[in-house]
Amino acid sequence: MSVLDSKVPEGPIKDKWTNHKNHIDLVNPANKRLIDVIVVGTGLAGGSAAASLAEMGYKVKAFAFQDSPRRAHSIAAQGGINAAKNYQNDGDSTYRLFYDTVKGGDYRGREANVYRLAEVSANIIDQCVAQGVPFARDYGGLLDNRSFGGVLVSRTFYAKGQTGQQLLLGAYSAMNRQIGKGKIEMFNRHEMLDLVKVDGKARGIIVRNLITGEIERHSAHAVVLATGGYGNVFFLSTNAMGSNVSAAWRAHRRGAFFANPCYTQIHPTCIPRSGDYQSKLTLMSESLRNDGRIWVPKNKEDVEAIRSGAKKPVQLSEDERDYYLERRYPAFGNLVPRDVASRAAKERCDAGFGVNQTGEAVFLDFASAIQRYGKEQATVLGEKSASKERITELGAAVIKNKYGNLFQMYNKIVDQDPYTTPMMIYPAVHYTMGGLWVDYNLMTTIPGCYAAGEANFSDHGANRLGASALMQGLADGYFVLPYTIGDYLSDEIRTGPISTETPEFEAAEKEVRERISKLVDNGGSKSVDHFHKELGKVMWNNVGMARNEAGLKEAIAKIRSIREEFWKDVLVPGGADELNPELEKAMRVADFLELGELFAKDALDRNESCGGHFREESVELDGEQKGEAKRDDVNYKYVAAWEWNNDPGEANLHKEELEFKDIELKTRSYK
Amino acid sequence: MSDKTMNLTLKIWRQKDAKSAGKLESYPISGISEHMSFLEMMDVFNEQQISAGNEPVAFDHDCREGICGSCSLQINGEAHGPDRRVTTCQLHMRMFKDGDTITIEPFRATAFPVIKDLVVDRTSFDRIQHAGGFVSVNTSGNTQDANSLPVPKVDADNAFDAATCIGCGACVASCKNASAMLFVSAKVSQFALLPQGKVEAKDRVLNMVNQMDLEGFGNCTNTGACEVECPKGISLDNIARMNREYMKAAIKKD
Amino acid sequence: MKTSIARKILMALSGFFLMFFLLQHVTINSLSLCSEDTFNSVSHFFGYNPIIQYILQPVLIFGFLFHLIMGMYLEYQNNKARNKKYAKHNSAASSNWMSRNMIITGIMILLFLGLHFYDFWVQEMNYKYVEALPENPTRYYHELQLKFVDVWRVAIYVVSFIFLSLHLMHGFQSAFQSVGFRHNKYTPLLKKLGTAYAILVPLMFIIIAVYHHISVSH
Repeated sequence: MSVLDSKVPEGPIKDKWTNHKNHIDLVNPANKRLIDVIVVGTGLAGGSAAASLAEMGYKVKAFAFQDSPRRAHSIAAQGGINAAKNYQNDGDSTYRLFYDTVKGGDYRGREANVYRLAEVSANIIDQCVAQGVPFARDYGGLLDNRSFGGVLVSRTFYAKGQTGQQLLLGAYSAMNRQIGKGKIEMFNRHEMLDLVKVDGKARGIIVRNLITGEIERHSAHAVVLATGGYGNVFFLSTNAMGSNVSAAWRAHRRGAFFANPCYTQIHPTCIPRSGDYQSKLTLMSESLRNDGRIWVPKNKEDVEAIRSGAKKPVQLSEDERDYYLERRYPAFGNLVPRDVASRAAKERCDAGFGVNQTGEAVFLDFASAIQRYGKEQATVLGEKSASKERITELGAAVIKNKYGNLFQMYNKIVDQDPYTTPMMIYPAVHYTMGGLWVDYNLMTTIPGCYAAGEANFSDHGANRLGASALMQGLADGYFVLPYTIGDYLSDEIRTGPISTETPEFEAAEKEVRERISKLVDNGGSKSVDHFHKELGKVMWNNVGMARNEAGLKEAIAKIRSIREEFWKDVLVPGGADELNPELEKAMRVADFLELGELFAKDALDRNESCGGHFREESVELDGEQKGEAKRDDVNYKYVAAWEWNNDPGEANLHKEELEFKDIELKTRSYK
Repeated sequence: MSDKTMNLTLKIWRQKDAKSAGKLESYPISGISEHMSFLEMMDVFNEQQISAGNEPVAFDHDCREGICGSCSLQINGEAHGPDRRVTTCQLHMRMFKDGDTITIEPFRATAFPVIKDLVVDRTSFDRIQHAGGFVSVNTSGNTQDANSLPVPKVDADNAFDAATCIGCGACVASCKNASAMLFVSAKVSQFALLPQGKVEAKDRVLNMVNQMDLEGFGNCTNTGACEVECPKGISLDNIARMNREYMKAAIKKD
Repeated sequence: MKTSIARKILMALSGFFLMFFLLQHVTINSLSLCSEDTFNSVSHFFGYNPIIQYILQPVLIFGFLFHLIMGMYLEYQNNKARNKKYAKHNSAASSNWMSRNMIITGIMILLFLGLHFYDFWVQEMNYKYVEALPENPTRYYHELQLKFVDVWRVAIYVVSFIFLSLHLMHGFQSAFQSVGFRHNKYTPLLKKLGTAYAILVPLMFIIIAVYHHISVSH
C-alpha cells in the first residue's frame, strides 16, 4: 500500500459523507474550550473555518498578513458560486454538479471529495443568505442564477461581479462576531514563516509581526492552513501582490506532501499586458462569456490594420471575423471550460492573429448581445418601431446592469469603452488546482496539519470550473473541516496546553531568524522583483499554457540558477525589526524559487495532457478530437504527491491512484 | 495605444515609524508611461530607490484591482487621487500631465495612526465591525432554505450597493471631520434592509455607533465629501438611513 | 446626547427651530414695508404677550445657545479627529465651501447677533424693565427706522445677512439629512427649497434694512 491513505469512507458515494459525519468522534463542549486551533489565512476557507470552529467552542487564533481579514484575495472573485439548488428547474442535481466538476477537472480529482462538495453546496447558499449576503434576486424576490463555462445548467449564484467580495464579507462578519466575543484572537499583519512539529504532530507556527518585525511563537493542538494558491510563481497573475506559497511550502518542507503542483489554471478572459512595468494582471469575469463572443480577424491583413490602428474592429464584417470557439466547439461555443478557451486563444495568437501590438490579445465582443437584449427590451416596452440607436441604447442598459462594474474597470484600465468597441482579452495565470495533499478529512500528511481551500489539491482535478473555487473554499471552511477536525482533536483532549518553550519551537525560530538575517545582510545588487520577474518569465515561457520535455528540463535548470543567483545577489534594503515590504517579498520569492522547480518537475513527470496541464507530446492525432489535448488514463490516473527531500529537485514522488466508480472515464468533449 | 511618457516631481510623506515625526520629501521621476497605474509608477519609483541604495517607500496594496481596500494614499489632496470611482491601484497616470508635482500623503485621521511612510493602521474599522457588523447565525447544515424568505429586489439591490464598501477609509480621509459615518452606515444599511438583519437592527446600530465614537472619528456635518471620493460610490442615502435607524433604536431602547 | 448621531440630530432639531423662528421674524419685519400701524400693533403684541415673553423667548434663547454651544463643541471634536493635518487637502473637489465652513459663517452670525441684541433686545429690556417706561403701542416703527440711519450699521447688517444666507444654504438641507429624511424624489426638491429659503429670507432682511435707511434719510 502507498504511504498515502486517502481515508475515503466505504459505502455508496451518496452516503459516504453522512456516514462519515455520523461516526466522527465528537469533542465535548467543555473540552473544546481547552483546545487551541490555529488558522492561517482568512479568505473564504480560513475565515469560514475560523468562525465555525470558534462557534463550536474551540479556541481559535487566526492569522493574516493583510491588515484586516477582509482583504484576503477571495474578495476579488467576481463571477459567482455554484450550488446544486435546481431553483431554475433545469434538471440540476447533486449528481450533475458532481459529474460536471469531475469531468471539468478532466478526471483528475478525487471522486468522494467532489461528491461531498456538491452535496454541501446547497447548504452554503442557505448559510450565506442567513448571514445577510445580498445575492442577486429576481423581481419575485427569489434568488437569481446564471450559467458558467463548461456546464449546461444555470446554477451559479452571484452578486453582480462582486460575488467573492460579498461571500468573504459574510465570512468576515461571522469571524467578527466571534472576535467580539473573544473566541477568535485575530492577528493581522502577521505572516507565518514556519510550521513547528513536536513528536511528528503539527503543534504551532512561527510568525513575523510585519509591523515590528518581532518573531513570535504560537502553539496549538492543530494548525489549519488556508493560505490560498501559488499563481504568483509566474510573477504576473491575477493573484494579489501578496499572495504567496510560503505557508504551504514551509509545511511541505516539514513533511506535508505537495500534490499536483503543475495543475495551473490559465484564465481566458484577462486584460492583456501593456508594458514591462506591469506588476499584475486583471481578470474580467468569466461570466462575460455568457454574452460576449470571442473572435479574431480571419485575414492577416486585417490583423495588421487593427494593430496599426488603420482599421477599427467594428469595421470588420461578420464574414471577416473568425469566431474560433464557436467554430471549433459548436456544442459549448464561447462557454467551453477555461483551459480549452485559453489554449484556443493561444493557438490563434501563436498563429499570428493577436489583435494588439504585443500580438497577445483576442476580442470579446458584446455588440450582438447588445442588439439581442435591445430588441427584447423594445418588445417588452412595446416599442415596435424602435430605431437602431434606441435598440442599442436599451441593450447597453441591460449589459450595464449585468456587468457594469466590469465594464467600468476595463474602461479605467485600458481607456477604451467596451460598450462601443470590443474588449481585448488574453489568458493569464489565475488559480492553482495543485496544493498540499490532503485526505478525506482535509488533513495533510503531517498529523494535525490541515489544508483548506485553494491551498489544498483536493476537488478540482486538473482544471477548475468557473464559480467552483468559492464553493470549495466555503464548503471546506463551513461544512467539512469543522467536523473532520474533530476526528483528530478528540484524541487531544488530554494533551493540555502546549508550551512554546520547547527545543522544537526554539529550533524553528532560530532557522527563521537565520533566514531573515541572511536576506537582510546579503548586500547584493539586484532587487527582489528582478529575480521574481526572471522566475516568472521562465515559468510562463516553459511551464505555461503549453509544455514539452525539452522546455521543462530547461526550466528546471534555469530556475536552479536563478535561485542560486538570488541567494548570492539579492538586495533587501531596510532592517529586520521594522515594517519592511522588501523583506516580506524576499521571503516569499525565496519559496517560489523552490516551488517553481518542483512545479516544472511535476509537469515533466506527467507526460499526458489533462485539464490545464498541456503537454505538446500528448495530443489527439486524428478523428473528431484532432489537435485536442490527449489524456492518458492508463499511465497517469494518479495524484502526484511530492515529498520534500532536502531539495526541490530531489523530491520523492508518491502516487495516489484515483478510482472512478461512479463516473465513467471518458474523453472530455465540448464539441 | 500611443505611449506618452512624462517627467514628474513626487512629494512623498516619509515617516520611519509610528513614533517618529515625518516630513514631505521631494523626488524627481522620469519616463513614466501614461498607461501605468499609479501604484505601478510607485513600483518603478521604488525600484529606482533600491538601485540607488535608498529605502523604498512603504505603502499598502494587495489585489490591485480595486476590491480589497488595501491601497489608500491621499494624492494631491484627494483620497485615491483626482479620478472618480477608482481606488489608487486603478488610478492611471493618464490623469496627470508632464511636469506635474504630485503630493502623496497617508490617509490622515486620529483613528488611522501612521505605521510607516504611507501605511496607516485601519484596525479601528475592524473593531467597529466586531461591535455589531454581523447577523448572529451559527454555521449549520440546516439553516432554512435560501428561498424561503423572498426579499424585494429593490431592497436586495440597495443592500448590495451598501455592501460593496471595501473598507478602504477614503470616506474618513476625505471628510474634513475625519468622520466614519459612511463606512458604518453602509454596514448598518446592508443589514437593516434585509429581513435576516432586521432582528438585531437596534442593538447593531447602537453598538456600532458607540464604537465608532470610541475610536475617535469625527462627527458628520453632511458635507458629502465622502460620497464623492468613495471609490465604490456608496451613497449618502445610507447615512440618512443610519440616522433613522439610530433614532428608532434610541427611542425604543428601554 | 452621548453619541455623535444623537448630537447631530439635536443640532438639526435646534436648526429647524431657529429656521422657523427666522421665518416668523422676517414675516413680521416685512410688515414694516407695507403698513406702519400693522407693524406697530404686531410688535406690541409680541412685546407684551406673557406667553411669548416668558415662555417662547427663553426657549428661543435656549435653542440658540444650544445650537451655538453644540456647534462649537462638535467643531472642537472634529478638529481632534484629525490630529495631523494634510499638507495638501483639495476639499473643494468634493464638497462646497458653505458645508465646510459652517463654523465661520456661524461665528459671523454670532458677532452680528451681539450687535443686533444690543440694538433691539437690550434697548427693549431697558425700556420695559430698567426705566420701566409706560406701554407705547406706536413706538416700534419709529425705533426701527432710527436704527437704520447710520449707513455703516446698514452695511454691517447686509454683510451679516450674506453670512446667514451661506449658513442656511448648507444648514437647511443638512438638517433634513441629519434627521434621516432622504428620498430620491423629494430630496432634490427639498434642496431647491432650501436654496430658495437661504436666499429669500436674508434678502428680505436686507431689503427691509435698506428700505428704512433710504426712507428715513429722505
